[in-house]
Amino acid sequence: MFNWFSSSNKLAPVDRLVKSHQLRPVELLPWAAAIAAYFLFDSYLPLGSQILIMILFAMSLDLVLGYAGIVTLGHAAFFGAGAYAAGIYAVHVSGEPLSGLVVGAVAGAIVGFLSGLVILRTQGLTLLMLTLAVGSLLGEAANKASFITGGADGLQGVSIQPILGLFSFDLFGRTAYVYCGIVLFFAWIFARRLVHSPFGRSLIGIRENVTRMNAIGSPVRGRLLTVYTISAAIAGIAGALLAQTTQFVGLTVLTFERSGEIVIMLIFGGIGRLYGAFVGATLYMIAQDQLSEIDPIFWEFWIGLLLVLVVMFARGGVLGLLDRAIQRWRRRS
Amino acid sequence: MSTTASLETIGLRKSFGALVVANDINFRLEPGARHALIGPNGAGKTTFINLITGRLAPSTGRILLGGEDITSLSQADRVKRGLGRTFQINTLFKGMSVLDNVCLSIGERDGQAGNMFRLVGARPTVIEEAYALLERLRIADEAMTLVKELPYGKQRLVEIAIALGLKPKVLLLDEPAAGVPSAESSIILDIVEQLPQDIAMLIIEHDMDLVFRLARRITVLVQGGVLVEGAPSEIARDERVREVYLGERHHV
Repeated sequence: MFNWFSSSNKLAPVDRLVKSHQLRPVELLPWAAAIAAYFLFDSYLPLGSQILIMILFAMSLDLVLGYAGIVTLGHAAFFGAGAYAAGIYAVHVSGEPLSGLVVGAVAGAIVGFLSGLVILRTQGLTLLMLTLAVGSLLGEAANKASFITGGADGLQGVSIQPILGLFSFDLFGRTAYVYCGIVLFFAWIFARRLVHSPFGRSLIGIRENVTRMNAIGSPVRGRLLTVYTISAAIAGIAGALLAQTTQFVGLTVLTFERSGEIVIMLIFGGIGRLYGAFVGATLYMIAQDQLSEIDPIFWEFWIGLLLVLVVMFARGGVLGLLDRAIQRWRRRS
Repeated sequence: MSTTASLETIGLRKSFGALVVANDINFRLEPGARHALIGPNGAGKTTFINLITGRLAPSTGRILLGGEDITSLSQADRVKRGLGRTFQINTLFKGMSVLDNVCLSIGERDGQAGNMFRLVGARPTVIEEAYALLERLRIADEAMTLVKELPYGKQRLVEIAIALGLKPKVLLLDEPAAGVPSAESSIILDIVEQLPQDIAMLIIEHDMDLVFRLARRITVLVQGGVLVEGAPSEIARDERVREVYLGERHHV
């Protein structure tokens, strides 16, 4: 009788899957661009930092929305929690930035874990509404707790010490840009490993078919709660970066608009592919910057129009479009 | 009844209000069994499967897997104890490759699926095992194809492959050839016939040719209750079965 469950010959598909996590040169492109931008667009570095922060935030969203398939309109709750925690930490405890990031991550993770515990029991529209509710609850709480958050005036007096005691934040935003870039780089390495791990694959499985995941004995709710908490921690770090680099935290970090905006950025770039965050956040932020200059009153209209076009004609976002173009080109040649 | 049944239900009952969908079902699946469950539409076959797998909780009664009471266990815990199933309607990871589909279930079985500190490729044994399984089911050529791009007949084989990746002791096959043209269903039949003999198998099926070719024992379910159980020859001769089921379909 032949053996059913093992085979000694290694074959091409096996090899391809074994090597699926290997770094492709194109994956370094964002980093080359980030370094080039530092030298080429010196006067735009503050915008550059904002873009890096939004990439980090969008990447955290991609883990839950793109990979695990949790549709959320409340991701700003974790971003805002991280921003306020890091800001309050800087005002009342210490202006040391790296520990501030940890505080932001922990705050995001706690809010993510506690809310996930409740809302991940549901699915679809109910889940969507609950993410919205968590977002607005937190926003309202930050507004009411003005004795610690500064309420509608925002959190004042955030001052940040030099990073590692060596690099102080400068007026031109150079330090901030490099700081955000390095934090994003490490987060990217972590997220990339995560999506290429068995855990990451099982998230895609949950997205693709939760019924079957249950039927193969997967602890679905635990997996979702884990990734939700991780994602919330990363979003918290993004919020903390914003608080530290702008030395201010306002109620806008927790608004529904911010939750919606980050979803739009990710859709622009393409969901479930890790790099959609890089492309989407960059394009969106630049478009917003340029459009609001050209047309200060109606710039949101143009953003909306862009989104409609992407959703209708470029499913899978800009990266999806690129994918199809490359495939067509390959077939022709 | 000296041996321990691979799967046993005792007085299994499920009702929704006044509607009884499983009526005190006493059922034994022996080790290595090739047991078919047949019955007209709405007889409660899929309900019975859902009770066994834990998708539905019974109103009363007990379910034993290898002699161990699993009535109160979660779906996942039952799978961990060796209960595998396939679905009547394809329930697959459509946007993933065939190989990935099988790797998911193998990963869950060997307890590494939740690991986030290791790369998928760092465990080639899982991938090799998945590939070997695809070879046995003669779909290895499609290993890198996305499931949604496969013809329906081959998707039915992926359905079985995922379940086999769990190395189940008891396998519930819910209409393995459903929706497949009869020319192709013989391939599925061959595959099911060649599955390891030590797996106890319960096959729900409409196709009588398939049932009489595969099954060594048949249970007929009517209106949520067991009408009769016996060897295929006994079932074919049974007047009541002809009336409620076979006669109605003009099939034998």
